[in-house]
Amino acid sequence: MTLRTIRELLAEHPLFARFDGATLDELAGCARTEQFDSGALVLREGETADKVFLLRAGDVAVEMATPGQPPMIMETLHPGDLLGVSWLVAPYRHMADARALSNVRALSLDAACLREKCDAIPAVGYAFFRAWAPHVAQRMRAQRMRLLDLYGSGG
Amino acid sequence: MDGAAPMLPVRCRVASAQAEGADVATLTLEPVAGALSGGAPGQFNMLYAFGIGEAAISLSGHDEAGRPMHTIRAVGATTRALTAMEAGAELGLRGPFGTGWPVADQAGRHLLAVAGGLGLAPLRPAILAAAAQPGAVSVVHGARSPDTLLYAGELSAWAAEGTPVYLTVDHAAPGWTGRVGTVIGCLPPALAGHDPAAVSAFLCGPEVMMRATAQALSDAGVPPDRIWLSMERNMKCGIGLCGHCQYGPDFICRDGPVLRYDRIAARLTLREI
Ligand SMILES: Cc1cc2nc3c(=O)[nH]c(=O)nc-3n(C[C@H](O)[C@H](O)[C@H](O)COP(=O)(O)OP(=O)(O)OC[C@H]3O[C@@H](n4cnc5c(N)ncnc54)[C@H](O)[C@@H]3O)c2cc1C
Ligand code: FES
Repeated sequence: MTLRTIRELLAEHPLFARFDGATLDELAGCARTEQFDSGALVLREGETADKVFLLRAGDVAVEMATPGQPPMIMETLHPGDLLGVSWLVAPYRHMADARALSNVRALSLDAACLREKCDAIPAVGYAFFRAWAPHVAQRMRAQRMRLLDLYGSGG
Repeated sequence: MDGAAPMLPVRCRVASAQAEGADVATLTLEPVAGALSGGAPGQFNMLYAFGIGEAAISLSGHDEAGRPMHTIRAVGATTRALTAMEAGAELGLRGPFGTGWPVADQAGRHLLAVAGGLGLAPLRPAILAAAAQPGAVSVVHGARSPDTLLYAGELSAWAAEGTPVYLTVDHAAPGWTGRVGTVIGCLPPALAGHDPAAVSAFLCGPEVMMRATAQALSDAGVPPDRIWLSMERNMKCGIGLCGHCQYGPDFICRDGPVLRYDRIAARLTLREI
C-alpha cells in the first residue's frame, strides 16, 4: 500500500473530513492499514496505547474483563468510528479490551508519531480536537444515557 | 368505542397468554358477550384487573380472528395482576382510546420505527401495516440486554423478509454480535441510502430516549413534522374528563398518545409537566 493510497483512505474517513490537504499529507506518514479476523483481540487493557484505529469495515466490541465471569461488552464500534482514544491521554494505556466481532479493516495511526506532529504543528493538533472531540463527546453522552438504565423497569 | 358508555368496561376473557420474557406477557382478548371495537395502531385500551385497578395498555396488534392483543410489563399492582393471567381469566376493557400512528399518510416516504424496550409493542401493528409494502419500513429496537429484546422471533422474521432491522442493547456478554449502544447509534446506518427529508419516524419508548432520538433525527434532516412520538402519562378516565394525563394544552388520552414532534418539541424540554 503506497503513502498516496493511505492518504486517500484517510481523506475518506468521516472523522478526517474537515482536514485540509496539507494536514492529511502530514498524518499519512503516521498511518498504516491493518486487518483483524473475527474474534481477534485488537487492543488489550493495560497495554501501552501506541496506536489509534480508524475503523473502515467490520465491527469491534469494547469489553471489560471481569474476574471469574465472561467479559462484558460495554460498547460496539462500527465503520467510521474511532478505537483507542487513550493514545492522547497520559499515561497512554488502553482502559479496556477490544475484540473484532467480524473481519475488520482499519487504518492505524502511530500514537508517538501523531503526538509529535500535534506538538510540532499546533494547527494539526487543533484540527484533531475539532474533528474528534464531537465524536468522543457523542460516545460519552450515549454511555451516560445507558447509565440511566431506561429499559430496566417500565421501559 | 361505543360513545354511549366509554366508562363502562366490557367483560373480556383471556383467549391466550404468551410469556415474552421474565416480566412481560402478551394477552389476546375476546369479549365474554358481544363484540369489541377494532382500534387502530397506536391506540390504547384501559384494562381492568377486577378488584385491583385499571391501566392504559396499547394495542400490540390483532390476531387472525381480529382479537386485540396487548403486551404488558409487570411494574405495579395492576400490570402484575394482568401479566399473571392465564387463558380463561376475566378482565374488563374500555377503549380503544386516543390517536393512532398516521401510517396511511406516509405513502411514498420511508418509515423508520424506533422502539425502546416495551415501546416496540405499540409500534408493532404500525410496522406490520407498513411492511405490507416491501422496503417501506426500517425498524430500530433497543433493549437492556439481548435476552430482553421484545418479539425476538418476529424481529428475525421481519429481517428475513427484507425489512432492515437494527438491534442494540445497553450491555451484553460475548456471543452477541449485534450492537451495544443506544438507539441513536443505529440512526446513521438506518438512514443511510435514504433522503432524510423523505423519511418519517415513529418513536416509542422511555421519554428520555424519544426526546434524544427526535432531536438526533431532526439534526439529521428528518422534518420535525414527520416525526411522531407516543407519549405516556398516568391515566384514569382515558376520555379527556379527569385531567390526570394533562400535558400542557393536551390530554394524552384524547389528543395523544401519538403526538407530532413539532407540536411538542418545546414541551419535551419543560421539567414542570
Ligand atoms: C397511552 C399509554 C399506553 C401504555 N401502553 C402500555 C403497554 O402497552 N404495556 C405496558 O406494560 N404498559 C403500558 N403503559 C404503561 C402503564 O399504563 C403504566 O405503567 C401503569 O401505571 C401500570 O399500572 P400499575 O398499577 O401496574 O402500576 P403503577 O402502580 O401505576 O406503577 C407504575 C410505575 O410507576 C411507579 N409509580 C407508581 N406510583 C408512583 C409515584 N407516586 N411516584 C413515582 N413512581 C410511581 C411504579 O413504581 C411503577 O414503576 C401505557 C401507558 C400509557 C399512558
Ligand atoms: S385520563 Fe382523564 S383526562 Fe386523560
